[in-house]
Amino acid sequence: MTSLTVIYTGLFYFATIVLIGGVAFRIYEYSRTPAPLIIPTTPAPTTNTGVAMRMAREVVLFESLFKSNKWIWVFGWMFHVGLALVLLRHIRYFQEPVWFWVEFLQPFGKYASFMMIAGLAGLWARRFLVDRVRYISTPSDHLMLALLLAIGMSGAMMTFVAHTDIVALKAFALGLLTFDLQSVPGDPILLIHLALVALLMIIFPVSKLLHAPGIFFSPTRNQKDNPREARHIAPWAAAMDRDKA
Amino acid sequence: MAAAEFEVPTLTEYTVVPKIKEGATSHVKTFPAAEASQAYLGYPWALTEDWKDRTIEKMGDLLGKYRSLRVFMDACVHCGACTDKCHYFLGTADPKNMPVARQDMMRKVYRRYFTLPGKIAPWLVGAEDLTEDTLNQWYTYYHQCSECRRCSVYCPYGIDTAEVTMAGREILNHIGMGQKYSSEILVKVQKIGNNLGLPGPALEDTLLGLEEDIEADTGVAVKLPLDVEGAEFMLVTPSADFFSEPHVESLIGYAKVFHAAGVSWTLSTKASEAGNFGLFNGSYETMQKVAMRIRDAALELGCKRIIVGECGHAWRVAYSFWNTLTGIGYGGDDPFSKKLQQQLDSRFPQPMHICEYTWDLIEQGVLKFDKSLNDDRVITFHDSCNVARGSRMGTEPGGQFTIPRNIIKAVANNFHDMAADTIGEGTFCCGGGGGLLTDDLIEVRVKGALPRMNAYNNVAQGNGVNFLALICAICKAQFTKVLPYYGFDRGQVGGVHQLVGTAIKLD
Repeated sequence: MTSLTVIYTGLFYFATIVLIGGVAFRIYEYSRTPAPLIIPTTPAPTTNTGVAMRMAREVVLFESLFKSNKWIWVFGWMFHVGLALVLLRHIRYFQEPVWFWVEFLQPFGKYASFMMIAGLAGLWARRFLVDRVRYISTPSDHLMLALLLAIGMSGAMMTFVAHTDIVALKAFALGLLTFDLQSVPGDPILLIHLALVALLMIIFPVSKLLHAPGIFFSPTRNQKDNPREARHIAPWAAAMDRDKA
Repeated sequence: MAAAEFEVPTLTEYTVVPKIKEGATSHVKTFPAAEASQAYLGYPWALTEDWKDRTIEKMGDLLGKYRSLRVFMDACVHCGACTDKCHYFLGTADPKNMPVARQDMMRKVYRRYFTLPGKIAPWLVGAEDLTEDTLNQWYTYYHQCSECRRCSVYCPYGIDTAEVTMAGREILNHIGMGQKYSSEILVKVQKIGNNLGLPGPALEDTLLGLEEDIEADTGVAVKLPLDVEGAEFMLVTPSADFFSEPHVESLIGYAKVFHAAGVSWTLSTKASEAGNFGLFNGSYETMQKVAMRIRDAALELGCKRIIVGECGHAWRVAYSFWNTLTGIGYGGDDPFSKKLQQQLDSRFPQPMHICEYTWDLIEQGVLKFDKSLNDDRVITFHDSCNVARGSRMGTEPGGQFTIPRNIIKAVANNFHDMAADTIGEGTFCCGGGGGLLTDDLIEVRVKGALPRMNAYNNVAQGNGVNFLALICAICKAQFTKVLPYYGFDRGQVGGVHQLVGTAIKLD
C-alpha cells in the first residue's frame, strides 16, 4: 500500500468520525439545552403537523429566505439543491449494485454541479458587491465559499473535462466502507477533490455549517403556538419554582 | 417641541435601504442605571472588577439555559437576509444596527471563548477578545434594539435577535451596566404596583374622575371598579391607560364595553400594570416576579376571567408566558397551576385580549354601534410587533391581525391598510419598544420610526388617512412623541378601543 493510500484512508476515517461524532454531539447539546419559554415567530402553527409542515417548507423551499431576499434565495437554493443532487449521485460510489433511483438521478446529478457552482458564485459575489454583506463577512465566510467552490469545480472537472479512473475510485470507496482497503487513484484533481471534501467534513461540527442541524432546533420555527392550552416549563425553571415554594 | 439636535429623516414613498454609515449612532447611549434601582433588583450598579469573568460566566450560564441563544450563536451563516430588515438600521444607516451585526457583537465573544476555531484562530472566524470596548458596544447597540423580532421572520433559521439582545442586557445587568429607564420601572412596578408609580389612592381618584367624565359626556353611569372581590372579570391593563393621552380613551372604551355587556368586572391595585419590563431585560426571574402580581391579584379577587388591555409586549408576556411563569392558563397538572385553573372559567381562553373579548361580543350581537360617530376619521391599523410576531388572538394563527381590523371595521366606516410589507408579520416597530421609550434615546426613536412613518405618510397622502389605530401603550406614547417630528399632529394616534368607545351605543 502506498503512503498516499495510507494518508487518504486515514484522512477519510478521521473525517467521518469527526463529522458524525461532532454533529451527533452538537445535536445532543442542542436537544439537552431547554427552551424555557414559548417563542415561535407568529403566526405559527398550533399543531405538531403544522410545525412539521412549517419546518419542511423552511428546509426544502427556504420559505423565510424567499420572503426576505430573492437574490439570496435564488443563489442559496440553487447551491443547496445542486449540492443535494450531486451528493445523491455520489451514492453510486459506495454501493454495488447501484440503486435504481441513484442510476436515474445520474444525469441530473452531473449537471446539478453547474447549478451548485453558479449558486456559490452568486453568493460570493454578494459578499463583494453588497456593502451590508461585505461589512458582515469574515475571512472564514470567504474561505468557506472558496472551499465549496473548489470542491464543486474539481468534481465537475472530473465529470466533464478530464475523467478520472472511476472504477479505481469506486474500489477505494467501497474498500473504505467494507474495511477492505484499496489503493487511492493518483489523479491529482481527484486527490485535491477528496482532500477538500475531507476538510469540509472535519470543519462541519465547529463551523457555521451547523446551520443544517441548527434549524431543526430553532425555537422560533419548531415550537407550537399553544401556550394558553398547555403549560410549558423548563426543568431549571421548575426547580427554581420548587426552591421558592 | 425643542428643535431636534439631529437630522430628522425625510419621508419617501418607499423606505430606501441606505448605504452603511459606520458609527452613525454610536454616540447614542441610554442613561445608566444608578445604585438605588439596581440594588433593589439585585444587580451591581458600577462595572464590577471581575467584569470579564462574570461576563463569560453569565454567557455560559445563559447558553446552557436557553436553546434559542445556543442555536442562534452557531447557526448564522452571514447570508445577509436580515441586513435590511431592522427599522433602526433603515433609519440610522449604522451597520451595527443590522440584526446580524448586532448578534455578531455577542457571537464574536462566544466564538472566542466557547468554540474551538475561535480559540485557535480567532482572526479567521471573526472571534475577538472580550474588552471594555466590547461591553460599551453591547450597551450602546443592545439599547438600539426594540426586540421587535422582525428579523426573525426573515432569517432562514429563525434567528431572533431579540433573544440575543435580551441575553446581552441580562449579562450587562450582571456586571453593573444596567439601563436607568428599565431598571427604575422594574422597581416601581414591584414596589408600587405599576410602571408609572401611581399609588392606590391616586388610582382610585383617577378612576372616579373618569366615571364623572363619562357620565357628563354620555349621560350613562359607566363604572370603573377597583379591587372588587368576586367580580367575574379582572382587567389588567398598562398603567398608561390610567392617565396618559390617548391611552385613557381606550380605558374608557373598555369600560363602556363591559358596561354594555352588563358584566361585573374590576381593576386591581396590585395588578395595576399589564406591562412587564422583565421581558426587555431578558431576566426570567424578574419577569416571573412581575407576572406573579397578576396571579396573586386574581386569586385574591377570585375572578373567573382575566382580560388584558391594549399593550403589545404585555400581551406577548400574557399570552405566551403567563401560563409558564404563573399558571394563568390551562394544562398544568401541578398544585400551583391547578389552584388557579380551578378558579378560572374554563369555557374561555385565559388570559384573553380585550380585542378578543370585544370581537366575541360584536359577533354575538351584544354590542351596538353608531359607526357614523367615527366618520371624521379615516383609519389605518399599525400591527404592534409583540402582538404580531409573539402572540395570537382567537383560535386561528393570524387572528392577531384580523380581529383588531374586524373591530375597527365594525365601529367605523373608513379604513385603509398600509402597504402589505409594512403590516402583519412584517410590521415595522414604532421605534420605541423594548425599553427604548425614554428621552435619552430620542434620536434612535425618531429615526427608527422612519419606515412606519413612510408607510403612514403614503396612506395619509393617498387615501386621506388621518388616524393611526393600534393596541399598544408603548406605540401610543412613542407615536404621540414622534409624529410631530414628521409633520403629523400627535392627535392622529389612538387605541382601537378609543374607536369602540366613540361609536358604542349605551343605555
